Amino acid sequence: MIKSLKILKHQGKQYIPDVVNANVPGIFRGRPIITSAKVDEQALCETCPTKAILPAPVRIDLGRCVFCGECAAQFPEKIQFTRDFKIASNRRESLIIAEGEDHPVNFDDKAVRKEIRQLFKHSLKLRQVSAGGDNSAELELNAANNVNFDMSRFGIEFVASPRHADGIVITGPISQNMSEALQLCYEATPEPKIIILAGVDAISGGIFEDSPAIDRSFIEHYSIDLYVPGNPPHPLTFINGLLKLLGRK
Amino acid sequence: MNKYFLKIKNNQAVPVPSIPVYDYEVFYSYCYGLLQNKKRYHCVNYFGYRIESDITLIMVIADDGEQCLYVAASRIPNNTRLKSFAGSLSAMEKFEREIHEQFGIEFTDHPWLKPVRHSSSSLNSYVFFSSDSEELHEVGVGPIHAGIIEPGHFRFICNGEQILSLEIQLGYQHRGIESLMVNKNNILQRTLLAENIAGDTTVGHTTAFANLWESLEGYNTPYDLHFCRTLAQEIERIAMHTADLSALCADVAYQLGNAVFGRLRTPIINFFQEWSGNRFAKGLIRPGKVLYPFSDTLAQRLLKVLDDFETDFVEMGEQLFSLPSALSRFEKTGTLDSNTALRCGFVGMVARTCNLSRDIRHSHPYNLYGKTLSHEPIMLNSGDVFARAFLRYKEVIQSIEYLRILVNYLPNKFTKQSSLSGMASKNTLVVSLVEGWRGEICHCAITDHQGKVIVYKIKDPSFHNWKALELAVRNNEISDFPICNKSFNLSYCGHDL
Repeated sequence: MIKSLKILKHQGKQYIPDVVNANVPGIFRGRPIITSAKVDEQALCETCPTKAILPAPVRIDLGRCVFCGECAAQFPEKIQFTRDFKIASNRRESLIIAEGEDHPVNFDDKAVRKEIRQLFKHSLKLRQVSAGGDNSAELELNAANNVNFDMSRFGIEFVASPRHADGIVITGPISQNMSEALQLCYEATPEPKIIILAGVDAISGGIFEDSPAIDRSFIEHYSIDLYVPGNPPHPLTFINGLLKLLGRK
Repeated sequence: MNKYFLKIKNNQAVPVPSIPVYDYEVFYSYCYGLLQNKKRYHCVNYFGYRIESDITLIMVIADDGEQCLYVAASRIPNNTRLKSFAGSLSAMEKFEREIHEQFGIEFTDHPWLKPVRHSSSSLNSYVFFSSDSEELHEVGVGPIHAGIIEPGHFRFICNGEQILSLEIQLGYQHRGIESLMVNKNNILQRTLLAENIAGDTTVGHTTAFANLWESLEGYNTPYDLHFCRTLAQEIERIAMHTADLSALCADVAYQLGNAVFGRLRTPIINFFQEWSGNRFAKGLIRPGKVLYPFSDTLAQRLLKVLDDFETDFVEMGEQLFSLPSALSRFEKTGTLDSNTALRCGFVGMVARTCNLSRDIRHSHPYNLYGKTLSHEPIMLNSGDVFARAFLRYKEVIQSIEYLRILVNYLPNKFTKQSSLSGMASKNTLVVSLVEGWRGEICHCAITDHQGKVIVYKIKDPSFHNWKALELAVRNNEISDFPICNKSFNLSYCGHDL
């Protein structure tokens, strides 16, 4: 008992008090800035392994970006990644950052369905479905609920059954072999319900986009309530995205 | 027997024509001759590839005594029936199932040619092993599980609370990585695929790929790249072992251990972020270059992170491993004996907890192993959940020591621009072995006469070790399944590719 109390004392407080204004350590690759520097645009676009960079004017699609940092390493005068981790949005097109822009990723409050904020604002239960996810996004979603990030302080939690959930969080590019289970899980979730795509693989297929072993028809059939970019998405990106969606910040 | 094989080293590029090709019967007897000495030899990869209508089978056997690999091949026509290795060597069963699944080859005395990864149609129509007894019942779990984890299906046959049989069905995570590895012709795209084989083993798999690719181009890997890869592998081991200890505590409802180990992982993966901008080190390992040099400042920072980590980690570990309520759940639960481990060809941590020395860092050293770090595997012998938990604890301490040694050998320059061309040598084979935190990772590549990659074969340690979970839970209570499962913490995506 005394030993356990000692451990508790040594651990101290580990939680991040303010998840909105927190700073991430080191050289995190968050929202990029594209300067007006003149570079060989074709070469720049070809550097990107997932065709996330579009030319004239130069834009980066965070829904396709795997945050590998290659463009910033090869064209440092043109592209810099900032530590801004608040890059989730409810509109797919808001994930496209254009040359010269340096403002937080847009979130369209008007487009949020009314019932989401009415019903889920202070209590949101989510069912996670990994559909070809590589276990890094899954580990980060788990971390969102650890003692550091402590997402449950906002009433947001992951639950075991879709029948207890208010929505699903999809990770992975959606393998063919998971497409049926994903569909069943979604159908088992009671209305009203939300769909969140966490990570580049879920949003666009990422590096697996053209694989014949994936099947993205689910995404085409339903409207998506929140896109959370990242490879994998940082727990703070995920939590802040949800707080925006729920109209809490 | 060895003289009938091509003898190579880990990461050595060799011309494909130098691989001896035999008729299947001769091939079988030579390979069998080595593999029956299970302690010294084990098969690290056995796969096929098609050229026109013929199929070439390649067997790579590791000799842990001589620190070398033996390679032989056999060319067989389509739709042949072959005598199976698995008929007498259990460790070969999955390799042959995979070859059967990919090329339709029938192995005559194979115990069970069950699909490995499935197409979606075969997955949905698959009939599980079952029993007609009215006294037994079946429990099906998955593919979607209760927690935030990857999908797979577990089918139990139980007598009351007791598990008689567990059948694990995988394939749900299949993304077609091996064929994408062949079809993408750009180094960065291939590197990203390697990073995504299993995101929890980003460093392990990407190192295997980078080491392999550099050999394939005949590139002499500079010291700084070896340094960064070795360092990153040990950091990844600490992070994942700590995460697993946290999860093991959660499964025995020991909340203090769950919270403390869980939060202790954070400074370790945050260090990856400080170094490489990503908590899983995605972006760090690149063939021919490193975008994020390991500066002296980072070295000092790492030492500080480790000092703080170690104090808390040891305090928590000593408490956990002397706590009767936790030990009573860990000890003699999910036990494997060393004969089973040897017979079924288990690798990595699972083997080492069964007193079977399987550790590539020791047996087939690469990067700075065998040079700056002379690694001695930690071995335990009880083969139970306790051993798998305690081995993690001891390996974390060992990895901390390795990191402290490594920072004394900082490179004085870093290769920030790659001189690789992206063109591999023609008609070449490379086998790359890495000891990831779970165990033996094996990547093999073969190029054709134009230098185009025609086969890229990936093997995660989970390929072998899922069988260990099936066997370990037999005769245990089904309520102990979660803790058994967590004590192995195998990869679904690494298996399904």
